[in-house]
This record gives sequence, C-alpha cells and structure tokens, in this order.
Amino acid sequence: MSNKNHHDKIERSVGLLAILSIVAISFGTLVLITPLFFMDETTQPVDGMTPYTALQLEGRDIYIREGCVGCHSQMIRPFRAEVERYGHYSVAGESVWDHPFLWGSKRTGPDLARVGERYSDDWHHAHLMDPRSVVPQSNMPAFPWLDTNVLDGKYTAKKMQVLQRFGVPYSDEDIEGAAAAVQGKTEMQALIAYLQSLGTHLK
Amino acid sequence: MSSFWSAWIIVLTLPVLIGCAILLTWNLKNYVGVPEDETTGHVVDGIEEINNPLPRWWTYMFILTLVWSVFYLAAYPGLGNWKGFLGWTSSNQGVKSLEQSQLAVVKAVEEGRNVEFDREMVRADEIYGPVFQQFAKRDVLDLAYDDDAIKIGQRLFLQNCALCHGSNARGQHGFPNLTDNDWLYGGTPDKIKETLLHGRKAVMPGWFDALGEQGIKEMTAYVLSLSGRSVNERDAEAGKAKFGMCAACHGADGKGSLAHNLPFGAPNLTDNIWLYGGSARAVEETLTKGRNGVMPAFKQTLGEDKVHILTAYVYRLANPEKPADQQ
Repeated sequence: MSNKNHHDKIERSVGLLAILSIVAISFGTLVLITPLFFMDETTQPVDGMTPYTALQLEGRDIYIREGCVGCHSQMIRPFRAEVERYGHYSVAGESVWDHPFLWGSKRTGPDLARVGERYSDDWHHAHLMDPRSVVPQSNMPAFPWLDTNVLDGKYTAKKMQVLQRFGVPYSDEDIEGAAAAVQGKTEMQALIAYLQSLGTHLK
Repeated sequence: MSSFWSAWIIVLTLPVLIGCAILLTWNLKNYVGVPEDETTGHVVDGIEEINNPLPRWWTYMFILTLVWSVFYLAAYPGLGNWKGFLGWTSSNQGVKSLEQSQLAVVKAVEEGRNVEFDREMVRADEIYGPVFQQFAKRDVLDLAYDDDAIKIGQRLFLQNCALCHGSNARGQHGFPNLTDNDWLYGGTPDKIKETLLHGRKAVMPGWFDALGEQGIKEMTAYVLSLSGRSVNERDAEAGKAKFGMCAACHGADGKGSLAHNLPFGAPNLTDNIWLYGGSARAVEETLTKGRNGVMPAFKQTLGEDKVHILTAYVYRLANPEKPADQQ
C-alpha cells in the first residue's frame, strides 16, 4: 500500500468520512439557506400584513391537525394558468410569519393561498360539513366534528408567545386576550376564520 | 440582496466548483500502487477488492455537470447579485403589494427585462385581450343574446360562480337562484355588474333578544302569511303588531328593499321565495340567529372585461327570451 493514497485514510476512518461529508454538504446549506435569513425579500412582510388573530391561529392548527396540507397547497406559482385561477402569485413576504409554512406540494384539491374572501363564511360552513352539498363532484372528506368541538383556549397564549419569540409582532395585549378571544368558539369557526384570512394582503 | 450576501454566495460557490474539479482529477489517478483491474489483495468472505477505475461514463457526466454549472451560473441568476447574461427571471418576487407588482410589470416591459411571467401574461393579453375587449364594447343586452358571448359567459360562470349558485344557476340553501328573475340588489345589467365587480354583504340581524321565543313564533307566522301561507291567525296578528322593526329594511308592506329603491338587499317577504328555506323552522332560525349573506367581489379575479360578459350571461339566465322590442 502506497503512502500517497490519502483516500485510504478516509475510507478506513468512519469519523473522518462523516466529518468531511458534513463539510461538503454544509456548503450547500451555507449558500442556499443562510442568506435567506437576512434578505429583505424573505424576512420583510408584504405591506399591511397583520399576524393571525388568536382565532385564526387556532384555525391554522386545526388545518395542520386535519392534514389539509396533504391535499391543498398554499403556493400560487407564477404561471398564467395558476394566476388566472387563483390570483396573484405567492411572494415570500406573505409567509414570513408562518412557522411552519404550509406551502404543501400536493394538489388533490385546489390551491388555498388566496381562498380568503373568495367564498362566504356560510359557504365554507356548508362545504366543510358536507363538501358534496355545494360541489357535487368533490372528493373531499367531510369534517362535521369541527362544528361540535369547542375551543378552550388553554394553549393559545402559549402558542402566541412562542411565535412572538420567532419574531411575529404580537403585542402583549394580544397574548393576554388570546384565551378569551377563542373560548367557546367552535373549531369550525376557527378554521373558517383562518381560511378567510389567507392571501388577502395581495388581493 | 446586500453586497455582503452576494459576495458570500460567490465566494462559497466558485471554490466548490473548483474543489469538485480537483476532487475529480485526484480520483482519476491511481495512487493504490496496483495496476487497474487487478486485485488489491483485500479479501473479505471470499470477495476480492479489485482496483477498478471510475467508470468512463461516470467521469464524463461529472465533467459535463461542471461545464453546465459554469454556463448556467453565467447565463441565469444564481451567483449573488449577478443577473446572468440572459437577464432571465421567473417573476417579480420582491414585490410587497399589488400596486408594486403592477408597477414592476410596467417597469420590466419598459426596460425590456426578461421576466418570464410578465412575458407570458403580455403574450396572452395580446392574443385574448382583444377578444374580450370586443365583447366589452358591446351592450350587455346585446351580448345576452349573442351565442359566442354566452359560450364564454358560461365557462366563466362554471369556473367562478357554480360553486355557490350551482352549475344550473338555480342556487341552493343560502345562495340565490339566478334563474327566477327575483333579485335582491336589482336585475338590470348595471346592478348585476355592480354586484359582480364589488360583491355584496347582506346583514340580517338576529332578533331573539328583542322578540323572545314566543315573539319569534309570532313573527314567523306573520312573515309566512305575507306569502299567503296558512298560519295560526292569532300568532300572525301578534307578529304584525311588531313588524315595525322589520319594516326599516323590508318595507312596511314586506316587499323588500328593492321594491322601495333601497340598496341593501333586504328580500321581498311576500313572494314565497326563500333564500334560507321557507319552512316555519327555517324562518324561525333566520329570525333567531340572523343571516349574513356574502357575495364575493370579482373585479380583481376576473377584470372588468370578463365581468362584462359574465353580466350578460347572468342577465340571460333570468331573461331567457329576447325582449320583443329588440328582435
């Protein structure tokens, strides 16, 4: 075995192999991800954006819990076909306060990035109770239990505190009033409030 | 992007490319001290390690990706603030409002910038814009009986309106039937267009606090009697005495705001057409909890030209026969 064969050292030492692999991969992270934490395009909200209200925030968590993101994206790509159907393409400034974002990658149902104010609350209620009642061809499951589950607001303030630490501009009054704002509301009301808020800042 | 982050990206990316090239050159040389295709002497469980070189096709692919990356980073945006010699970009991602977005499109066109999405939209507008403009110039009453306009209108309707009003436009619980020529805000072309462009928000307050359970029952009887339904006479009389609170919107005769030329869409209660159901139970629910009907605005989604054609389609739904004076 020749001494010139340095590759031999890497092949024989798992630790060295792991370290060098991490170094190689981290170049990609440093170039592709790190600058995004500091650029205006990806850290500054769009004009007039407000954080989710306590009720909308609870609705968002129900959206996550029920797995809506598995069938609905929230990302309008800059193609004419999408923009004509859904509205202005999504921009990064709309997602800066989403932790985690819900862009999704699967569209069994339509994109929801700008579904806010597109239909009435009554429509959403009818649709979530039984999608076939308003869209006969729909294959979306019904979510009738949302109408009977009532929020207690136990963790709402805590969630907002965590988001505040991530840089979402909640005021202390927002957080104090959070539990009261959602108490007694149904999950259906929360989810509809969330849906009605989606994408309305660029509409 | 600030020049720091631009430099950061460039300073990290280029050495990685060079590093890949060095790594490849290094691995193409034989340092093992054994000729290629011969055993290195390692044997594990009877399996010999042969000193195989990198496969030729693999090596060529590696070189090809390196050449491609240099071309790509020169032509397209990727190296920090370097915009690429093609000047290509997919969209105006940095915009912070609709106005900024519209300005960015105008600016990109003026400066001849190569924005893929803007180009796609401009191209489509050149092809389809004139088609819609031609229809938009004509009168709604004229378009309503033009087969081509109705075909376009129907497609727009199915894509945007059918979700609530149904594909046959006959509506459903809470969403008006558009084929019966019974209107909340008016069925003239102007009024239909106004509704489509700007949407409507109807508010029927709940009256449980004011009326109480018995009062709701009495008012329900009176409201149903306005449409000629048979009801408990005594309840209806008692309801009639309190109808003043309803008259502010529905009119003293209950014929609705449109009959009195008022703009807030309070339905006619005397025609036995019910948006939320005409059973005693449904009317009681309406009176108890109130209703909030919302028609969304379509100005932003469709633009005025398409709304114009859609107006003609909706008008035609309610007026299937061409009026005699226009034939």
